[in-house]
Amino acid sequence: MVNIVDRRLNPKDKSLANRQRFIRRAKRQILDAVRDISARRRVGEVAQGEEAIRIPSDGLQEPSFRKGADSGIRRHVVPGNKEYRAGDAIPRPDGGGGQGPGGSGGGEGEDEFQFTVSRDEFLDLFFENLELPELARTQLSKVEQQGIQRAGFSASGSPASLNLTRTMRNSLSRRLALHRPKRDEILELDREIDRLERSGKDPEGLRELVRRREALTRRSRLIPYIDPIDLRYNRFVPTPRPISQAVMFCLMDVSGSMTEDMKDLAKRFFMLLYLFLERRYRHVDIVFIRHTHVAQEVDEETFFYSRETGGTLVSPALEEMERVVRERYPPAEWNIYTAQASDGDNTPSDNPLVLRTMEAVILPLCRYFAYIEVGEERGWKAKTPLWEIYERLVAGGHPLALRKVRQRADIFPVFRDLFTPAQLRS
Amino acid sequence: MTGRLESDARLLYTGADWDYRLVRKVFDAIEHIAVDEMGLNPYPSQIEVISSEQMLDAYSSMGMPLFYRHWSFGKHFARDEMYYRKGMTGLAYEIVINSNPCLCYIMEENTMTMQTLVMAHAAFGHSHFFRNNHLFQTWTDADSILDYLDFAKRYVSECEERYGASAVERVLDSAHALMSHGVHRYPRRQPLNLKQEIERERERRRFEEQSFSDLWRTLPRRETEDGASDPDLDARRASLGLPEENLLYFLEKRAPRLAHWQREILRIVRIVSQYFYPQRQTKVMNEGCATTVHYAIMNRLHETGQITDGAFMEFLHAHTNVVFQPDFDDRRFSGINPYALGFGILQELKRVCEAPTGEDRRWFPDIAGNADTLGTWKTAWAEYRDESFILQFLSPRLMRQWRLFSVLDDTDNDALEVEAIHDETGFREVRRALAAQYDLARHEPDIQVVDVDLGGDRRLMLEHRVLDGRLLEERNTRMMLRHLANLWGYPVSLTEVDPKSEHVLNTYEDVEPELRLA
Repeated sequence: MVNIVDRRLNPKDKSLANRQRFIRRAKRQILDAVRDISARRRVGEVAQGEEAIRIPSDGLQEPSFRKGADSGIRRHVVPGNKEYRAGDAIPRPDGGGGQGPGGSGGGEGEDEFQFTVSRDEFLDLFFENLELPELARTQLSKVEQQGIQRAGFSASGSPASLNLTRTMRNSLSRRLALHRPKRDEILELDREIDRLERSGKDPEGLRELVRRREALTRRSRLIPYIDPIDLRYNRFVPTPRPISQAVMFCLMDVSGSMTEDMKDLAKRFFMLLYLFLERRYRHVDIVFIRHTHVAQEVDEETFFYSRETGGTLVSPALEEMERVVRERYPPAEWNIYTAQASDGDNTPSDNPLVLRTMEAVILPLCRYFAYIEVGEERGWKAKTPLWEIYERLVAGGHPLALRKVRQRADIFPVFRDLFTPAQLRS
Repeated sequence: MTGRLESDARLLYTGADWDYRLVRKVFDAIEHIAVDEMGLNPYPSQIEVISSEQMLDAYSSMGMPLFYRHWSFGKHFARDEMYYRKGMTGLAYEIVINSNPCLCYIMEENTMTMQTLVMAHAAFGHSHFFRNNHLFQTWTDADSILDYLDFAKRYVSECEERYGASAVERVLDSAHALMSHGVHRYPRRQPLNLKQEIERERERRRFEEQSFSDLWRTLPRRETEDGASDPDLDARRASLGLPEENLLYFLEKRAPRLAHWQREILRIVRIVSQYFYPQRQTKVMNEGCATTVHYAIMNRLHETGQITDGAFMEFLHAHTNVVFQPDFDDRRFSGINPYALGFGILQELKRVCEAPTGEDRRWFPDIAGNADTLGTWKTAWAEYRDESFILQFLSPRLMRQWRLFSVLDDTDNDALEVEAIHDETGFREVRRALAAQYDLARHEPDIQVVDVDLGGDRRLMLEHRVLDGRLLEERNTRMMLRHLANLWGYPVSLTEVDPKSEHVLNTYEDVEPELRLA
């Protein structure tokens, strides 16, 4: 008697443990690949789905003793001879004896290995790159709460969600299309019949009218006023619960003194801020403002990759931000976050203006303002002009986070400040 | 009309859907044909229904239902999964395990016809082959393999807990690399028990006493210039059991620095490798047998009106895909399809047995026209392996049909040379060359442990007996020697030697161990 077993309900992902071992094994290569990808991705795309990654296969090879292709004699027996006779010479196909009549297969060792990491794995590795503490990782990669949202109409549903307007509109158009007799039409006929009956003339016409009336009543019986096919229900789908919306301003000094490394640090900082905000707000807009001695709102590509020359003035950037806020992001409807990255330079004459604008305009607009200073340690002259100004603002009790960032691991503490509940902040 | 009704009543199923009752009913019908009519002798079966994801899972650890954990399986899984999800490869219809009972995995997505085909193929074709082929009988133990794998899995995971995952991983890495050199190619004596051992010792002494001749003692010893007759060397080699081609076995028994659990892991890998060795030697025959069996059974089911014409067409469609062999210059060509070759040879055998031509009588005098196809098949399935099977049974007609030709690829020449084609003068040569292509011993480099420098730095000396002038691929060889050195614990060197002239063609000097495993 044959034994038939249903294994479909057995736990899936039997090879998960093997996969984790593989990822641990290839960690260094994968981390490098993830770093490349996060450099390529746009700020707003950092948490997007899975990614096929390619890693060099050092440390992942599974070597074996095998014979080389470049010495000695081999024989291949293959099917499909069309023209050859014994003794014919065939020019060696390209690539040694790899393909063609010598298709020996059995790859000669791979240099690259390609596979797909899931979104969760990607984020995990991204955080790993930033050396995030565990707790923050779980907070960030947690899928947000689901809420219910209207999403169009459906032909089925519970009576409670019946959409009357839609249903009646369908009913009306169906009745029109099928020429369902109107009530007035029948009443009119009734009156006519009445009149004729009373007058007693034209019995032929009367009979005709009665027949028509019967046909109409029959028709209105056959074509119901509301048919099941008219019914429309409001449709609801689960969606991430709308909390609110936020806009994130990225300000960056792009003058010549900012190196590519500094920009890369800044980009990671912006990405992380975006991830945090994305968790908290349903909708996050990003505005990029770069500045030298002039400021300008630009797209992401220009922001990170185009080179500008010029002096450094911070105040124009603040003014540009104020303009954008005024035009597009009324503070009553938007939570405004600002992240500024700079090497701390500012033209001395601009300092008072920066202080004034920050205090009077920008900080009142913002829920939070994070400033990261990227760049070399400056030795004895530790404080940059901008840092000094901002320090005075912090002392004045404004919601401002200041951090010097020299390497990637420095980035996270800024966020600890940012997202520690207010009462826990000292 | 009544005939029509009768045949309808005989139908096992109609339509594509399947359920357990149907699978059981069809299995019984197949079993009737396979066992009662064809006289096959398979293991009892256990059919397991799995989903496509589980099929992917099963792929990654060598198709085995349970296996110890290792990153390389995760790597294969990651790659297979990507190929599958990008639609670059399909999944196998079935996986079958050489065990008793024989485990056959069938996928839930298959239609009833495909399930029928798969059961005929795996639970009867492969299973008969596993049970009756002499290589499997000699080398594998179907009754206990699942228990053994279960033991291996537990043992490895206990080792991971006790000694750390990375320590275990390092041993497994090295052991996996040496897997293809972890088989005994020839059956050994059964392990002797102690009583027999004492008996043997006594007998040897008696023989020496009887055959003692003082004359020999007075013969002058030969000068030990060439090393080969150095008595120390001979004694050392004998005590170490050298030369030894089973590298894993040698390391397990002789590596000086390994801990007990490391030896046990080497043993596990070696036993798994040994278990798969017959499968690697019989790919063409095994698939040929299973394909032939399913072809016969499906035809019989159709003949007896147990499946519909539609189901039979569906079967033929799948079958044709399976035995498709593209020409060498076809874009789809990727070597010889073992299903096609095995099936082709066995169908030819049937023709030779039942309707031989004059040519067949010349080539196969002992079986031509014997009218016993099944008996001939069964003998072939039981007593051959790929190499000998092809050498014995590939018929000239099939070579003509396939237009097989043999190409000599000598790296010293600029051009390839066509050595022989499918004509009267070339048949034997083509056949010999094709058979050699399936000879694992020719395919895999012959590497042996020849000596250990016990007086000096304990260097392990290996020798590659070079065949056809084909040296080892260098990059892999360096990595392999590193693995060997890690296990051995002391330097390892390798020389490549031409077996005819004993000339040294290439040497890899002392490769030091990179890390101490112990």
